Amino acid sequence: MTALFNAISNLGAATRKNIDSLGLATMFLLRIVSSLFTGLVSFKQVLKQIYFIGNRSLIVIIVAALFTGMVVALQFYDTLVRFGSVDLLGSAVALSLIKELGPVMTALMLIARVGSATCSEIGIMRNEQQFDALDCMAINSYRYVMLPRLLAALICVPILTAVFDLVGISGGYIVGVHIQGENPGAYIQGVLDTISFKDVLVGQIKSLVFGLFIMWIPLYYGFYLHLNQKNMGAEGVSNGTTQAVVMSAIIMLFSDYIVSSLAL
Amino acid sequence: MVKPIITVEHLFAQYGDTQVLKDVNLEVNPGEILVVMGGSGSGKSTLLNHMLGLKTPVSGTIMIDGVNIFTAKSKQLRHLRQKMGVAFQGGALLSSLTVADNVRLPLEQNTSLDTQTIDIMVRMKLELMNMAGTGHMMPSELSGGMLKRAGLARAVIMDPKLLFFDEPSAGLDPTTAVELDELILTLRDAMNMTIVVVTHELESVFKIADRVVVLFNGEVVANGTVDEIKNSPDERIQNMINRQPNTYRDDGEVYFNRLLDKDNI
Repeated sequence: MTALFNAISNLGAATRKNIDSLGLATMFLLRIVSSLFTGLVSFKQVLKQIYFIGNRSLIVIIVAALFTGMVVALQFYDTLVRFGSVDLLGSAVALSLIKELGPVMTALMLIARVGSATCSEIGIMRNEQQFDALDCMAINSYRYVMLPRLLAALICVPILTAVFDLVGISGGYIVGVHIQGENPGAYIQGVLDTISFKDVLVGQIKSLVFGLFIMWIPLYYGFYLHLNQKNMGAEGVSNGTTQAVVMSAIIMLFSDYIVSSLAL
Repeated sequence: MVKPIITVEHLFAQYGDTQVLKDVNLEVNPGEILVVMGGSGSGKSTLLNHMLGLKTPVSGTIMIDGVNIFTAKSKQLRHLRQKMGVAFQGGALLSSLTVADNVRLPLEQNTSLDTQTIDIMVRMKLELMNMAGTGHMMPSELSGGMLKRAGLARAVIMDPKLLFFDEPSAGLDPTTAVELDELILTLRDAMNMTIVVVTHELESVFKIADRVVVLFNGEVVANGTVDEIKNSPDERIQNMINRQPNTYRDDGEVYFNRLLDKDNI
């Protein structure tokens, strides 16, 4: 009986803790967004973050997109050839990339590169009292540190997703046309005929939502590192970063399902 | 009668179940250097964090320049903080900015001064701290002493009325520590600042303090001039001044039982 009570008690405590965290994370996001209206955002800081998120992720995104497009084309070709529908290769590659793989793969790459770096940077700033220093200098941390990062993510992720889509479709072209010998005109026509404005829009909406989670969750985990004293120090930053990356990926995939089901 | 610039009244603070500050009362007068002294874990950093409005107490008030920092509106607190400078223990420089960008940050964010004026002020403060020519360096390239001085340059860039120091000489070699003490005295004399220093370095305390507040286990056990503290009959203060370790020991049985207690680790 005691074991049952303990189990229920632990479940209740865990639920309460998660609800508290959700509330805190929501308040954190609201504070960042509301800081937009408390003064001018540092354009220099936003550009710096765009450079960090966008420019420095470009090569990784291009390489990942090229191979993803090539693999997708290879798999689709293998399937379509059995049904004598190889002409649909361009359509299949483009649709799968623009609607699903482009936004998701871009987001995963950015979580690994940008999300982890952001969480550890913010966590170290917390450890070294840099946020206390900002508070004492009467500088709004939300506006000075968080907002430029969030805005940069919202700007960069859709652009990087578009790059991923284009490079991925090109990778599919290389495999379909140059390796498997499909007609180039059929591949390109398939891409142009199948993709509608709505498909592109849904992909871009997804990438915007993913951009929010890619930055919000690591910022939250880094900023509130100090709430648990055991989380301070190098190990705390490392734990916080791991949690942020895992949580970002899970929430991103969950939101992918929600947006996809709403768009259908 | 001079009106105090800082008044701490009946301040109680705790972390979890541990009471860290117990009914702390003190006043800081304009233009004086008040040193808060105490051993590790005595609550001096907690007191400083409360004075800076970084922590909320269980109860009690802190009035700075007529503003209760725990109930002040954010705009009021922002105005107050523009009159305060804080030199953190490790400098707390933003690691992504150069030394010069760190020092100019409060001016850039809180004033509408033009870039040229800000540049001149940054150079002046860096020279005052013996840091001329280091503006282009990143915080990771600086030594511990340089980090503290760069942090101090940033703390005084707005010419604050009030300056707070967290352990200014901790971890510094004796020469740099003396230099920093001289700098604190210069700031008080040249810029007429009121300075609150939190430290456990006795040499520093006796050199710079106008008044000393001694904390012991979260309680103020003495508040007076350097001479009054030196001549205090309180054994705890004398042990601290004479660097006597705590010689209290449990008797054998109590000690042995404590070692056997699995929860006591």
